[in-house]
Amino acid sequence: MREKILAVIEKNSRIDIRDLAILLGENEAAVANEIAEMEKEHIICGYHTLINWENTSDEKVVALIEVRVTPQRGMGFDKLAERIYQYSEVTAVYLMSGAYDFTVILEGKTMRQVAQFVSDKLAPLDSVLSTATHFVLKKYKDHGTVLCDEVQDERMLITP
Amino acid sequence: MRDPLSKKIVTIPPSGIRKFFDIVSEMKDAISLGVGEPDFDTPWHIREEGIYSLERGRTFYTANAGLRDLRVEIHNYLERRCGISYDPDKEILVTVGGSEAIDIAMRAMLDPGDEVLVPQPSFVSYVPCAVLAGGVAVPVELEEKDEFRLTAEKLKEKITPRTKILVLPFPGNPTGAVMRREHLEEIAKVVEENDLFVLSDEIYGELTYGEEHVSFASMPGMKERTVLINGFSKAFAMTGWRLGYACAPQEILKQMLKIHQFAIMCAPTTSQYAAVDAMRNSDEDVQHMRESYDQRRRYLLHAFEEMGLQCFEPQGAFYAFPSIKRFGMTSDEFANRLLQEEKVAVVPGTAFGDSGEGYLRISYAYSLKSLKEALGRIRRFVERLDGKS
Repeated sequence: MREKILAVIEKNSRIDIRDLAILLGENEAAVANEIAEMEKEHIICGYHTLINWENTSDEKVVALIEVRVTPQRGMGFDKLAERIYQYSEVTAVYLMSGAYDFTVILEGKTMRQVAQFVSDKLAPLDSVLSTATHFVLKKYKDHGTVLCDEVQDERMLITP
Repeated sequence: MRDPLSKKIVTIPPSGIRKFFDIVSEMKDAISLGVGEPDFDTPWHIREEGIYSLERGRTFYTANAGLRDLRVEIHNYLERRCGISYDPDKEILVTVGGSEAIDIAMRAMLDPGDEVLVPQPSFVSYVPCAVLAGGVAVPVELEEKDEFRLTAEKLKEKITPRTKILVLPFPGNPTGAVMRREHLEEIAKVVEENDLFVLSDEIYGELTYGEEHVSFASMPGMKERTVLINGFSKAFAMTGWRLGYACAPQEILKQMLKIHQFAIMCAPTTSQYAAVDAMRNSDEDVQHMRESYDQRRRYLLHAFEEMGLQCFEPQGAFYAFPSIKRFGMTSDEFANRLLQEEKVAVVPGTAFGDSGEGYLRISYAYSLKSLKEALGRIRRFVERLDGKS
């Protein structure tokens, strides 16, 4: 049941528990219970909203930063990651395989703000060897959802 | 001037669907639960193969029977999914949708006066195709008490010395009925005893909820008597590509191929290349779509139960077939009033044969959001009829 619940709410976290139970053919209380369990176990870590900020009047700049580091003795990647992800402007940190170590996704009001964060906060960290900052120009698809205008149902109204 | 028309074609009534379509089209902002096709787009990797084949300039004809690669993939698919083996070179024909396969199978097999048993309510094409091929269509009434399955008794009642073909349209449109192995066994026995041939339209075969579909051709001794019809429209969400196929004993298929060769030449090449990919790489997509239909099916049935609309549990396709008999209206009246008063379009059961009277076909190939909205309106309508509001 867990996988089926997750598959539905990953795309629509606002669905009624009641509707969800009907869709899955399960008991409502059992579904609610399972969700509560998964929250406790940190399988479900939050219910965020996918916002296309481009359609608002808010200015927002998103940057993806490649960070190379030297992990220090007694302080592996995890500790280093923590020093980075504690900043509230940082929205995501991933440990990567390949040519660099961390992907850091950063949100700021202006490019200058992002640049300042990199030069003042991120680059000076002891273990950071180098950074490369890429600004996001446009988001086409995020969290499996295409952000352009919704497609209309163009099927004929009645077909055999 | 002389009458330009053939008497035969003039006597065939236009599809009941068509009539209703004309009414619906004039209704602004109606929401429809009336379509007979998936709400999914064709999976991108399949569309991409179609595009690639155009880029490569593959704009020629293919072999009459279809691309050999595709026939081999159809062979593999049927072996994998249904446990039947058809020779790609002699027993498989790629057609323009399942519809063409229905037409040419009838034309290849019927002589004037031969009778074709058509279980109804069912897809709109069987009767006209039988008639156009010179046959006589004999409806076999399916009933809700049998969950709209064909039973041996019902079948036997209609068999005459002239009966040649039995159409077996399961999983069923518009009812969502399925025939499980034990039901098919019963039918196979009667078919054998009466030396009949079967046109088994299994276009919804991938869309069953519960037990897996059993192909009639896989029943012992039935492959020799069966024209198996299937296609890409429903399982792979490829309706607009117009691609289906027929599998049959060589003797029958050879004649079908002849008609196809003269009337069609070959199925669209672009679609065929895309379909090769569909057969090879779509198990996960099909599984995903099936699960999604199943969820909406449960949602729909639950909503019917709540509003007191009686409906047997459909276990295939993407239709529910609720009964509206308790309202004392014909299907036509009910559907028309629902459209006028609540702007929801559904198809009256009678569009699929007289025995559809008292029922509606409601498709759940819609987003949950649309279903919710439409069901809310249907509920309001039903409550009004029940005098609850």
